[in-house]
Amino acid sequence: MAAAKPVSTWDVEKVRRDFPVLSQTVNGKPLVYLDNGASSQVPQSVIDRTSKYLAEEHSNIHRGVHYLSQHATTAYEAAREKVKRFINAPDVKECIFVRGTTEGINLVAHSYGRKFINEGDEILVSQMEHHSNIIPWQMAAEERGAKVVVIPMNDCGELIIDEYENLLSEKTKMVALTHVSNSLGTVNPVKEMIATAHKYGVPVCVDAAQSVPHFPVDVQDLDADFFVFSGHKMFGPTGSGVVYGKRKWLDAMPPYQTGGGMIRTVSFEKTTFAPIPDKFEAGTPAIAAGIGLGAAIDYINAIDFEAAASYEHELLEYATERLSDIPEVKIIGTAAEKASVLSFTIEGIHPHDIGTILDQQGIAVRAGHHCAQPVMEFFDVPATARASFAFYNTREEVDKLADAIQKVIEVFA
Amino acid sequence: MSELSDLYQEVILEHNKNPRNFREIADADQYADGKNPLCGDALRVYVAMDGDQIADVAFKGSGCAISKASASMMTQAVKGKTREEAEAIFDEFHKMVTGELDIETDDNDLGKLRIFSGVLEFPARVKCASLSWHTLNAALHGEDAVSTE
Repeated sequence: MAAAKPVSTWDVEKVRRDFPVLSQTVNGKPLVYLDNGASSQVPQSVIDRTSKYLAEEHSNIHRGVHYLSQHATTAYEAAREKVKRFINAPDVKECIFVRGTTEGINLVAHSYGRKFINEGDEILVSQMEHHSNIIPWQMAAEERGAKVVVIPMNDCGELIIDEYENLLSEKTKMVALTHVSNSLGTVNPVKEMIATAHKYGVPVCVDAAQSVPHFPVDVQDLDADFFVFSGHKMFGPTGSGVVYGKRKWLDAMPPYQTGGGMIRTVSFEKTTFAPIPDKFEAGTPAIAAGIGLGAAIDYINAIDFEAAASYEHELLEYATERLSDIPEVKIIGTAAEKASVLSFTIEGIHPHDIGTILDQQGIAVRAGHHCAQPVMEFFDVPATARASFAFYNTREEVDKLADAIQKVIEVFA
Repeated sequence: MSELSDLYQEVILEHNKNPRNFREIADADQYADGKNPLCGDALRVYVAMDGDQIADVAFKGSGCAISKASASMMTQAVKGKTREEAEAIFDEFHKMVTGELDIETDDNDLGKLRIFSGVLEFPARVKCASLSWHTLNAALHGEDAVSTE
């Protein structure tokens, strides 16, 4: 007799045991970690892999002829191969290791800008971008005499696609676009928006920091020109991150930083640069972090990531429902397509006070402008409180959040 | 909510709800803007001097309960004081919230402001409590703006 099909294939309790940090108490209460949008927690397998590297394999890479250096190089390059498969990049050489999304976007903006952006050009940046996908483009625009033009959003926190199309022109040299908004949770229709940009021959730089931890991605399917993300938001260590870029752009772009490890030949008259990815990886990288990112990808591959994504989606819907039931709570960001993020305000109570009182209940949320001041300005709030979920969060934790919010309201009544 | 009593005491919650001297001073001798870019708190502190004495002091702006209550109680504490006296209170307040002054054992004239010693337990909130004081200090010194960053 066949067993009945389980309603949910996601065993959250089993997954939670993989993350040692989750079992602690904070302020005498079991930790409820809802700040995954800022940084996710790290499974034991990633901790072990990183420790093993530091304990047994550490050496500089791409340099030595000795055993350890070769060993470290092999491990680091194996991590790059894992990245390639994880995002389905056509070529491993198109995957550049960086310290995180911020450094990655700075790399793209600086290097692409110097080569391809000229006076009078325009860079389209969406209204919901994180500061790290705004300021590098502002700097590039200032340096090149170009202009930053904003793709507007509606009151739900969805980009207005018709207006986006109207903004594209022969002057447009780049579209900078977040896959998932860190402050609103909106999942943007990046595939369609990329296709539209490509009609005008315009490349798109996708900030994928908030998407890769939450659902499977495929850079070839999206046809992204640049796709940038951080390791520490996808269960890996801080100091790891990736710029995927199409070879046709990367080959044409000048180096971002220069120094050791990225050259072919150097003389005082002339330096020639190594091919990608080395051209963009000057200096000794965060080797342990890169290998740790590889281990995080192994972890994601070992769980059922599709099931994790749908579990997380149900969790977000449940949390939205619970918080919507509290009359004083206003949810900021009500897009039809959302992932992981629930930003909210409470009438008459500053988000920092919310954050402190939730912390006293053991609940970690983010309170502030989330490095998205234009979003705060749009919704006319100084800040929001933000709960952001991962596949190890539970419905019980959502209940605790809702109960704790009630307590916040009581304290300020 | 006993665990919160050190920070969100009745007095603080009450001042948050009904801040004192929460207004502009049209003929202020000086005002300064204080901003905490991390949380978006933004206050303007107005000062009207009568010679060396603070004849009137008020504030406007938005912020969390801690910053608002602190600003409110600050205006009560320094009104009528001389510049020097106000600076002395600021100095003690600053030392209290950064842990350099122990209200139990060290001599001080903080009076009601001692209630803010609770922020010591909440390092992320020290800037909230001290924002208005830094802003007042700027106004007294003829500076336009301060930032906690």
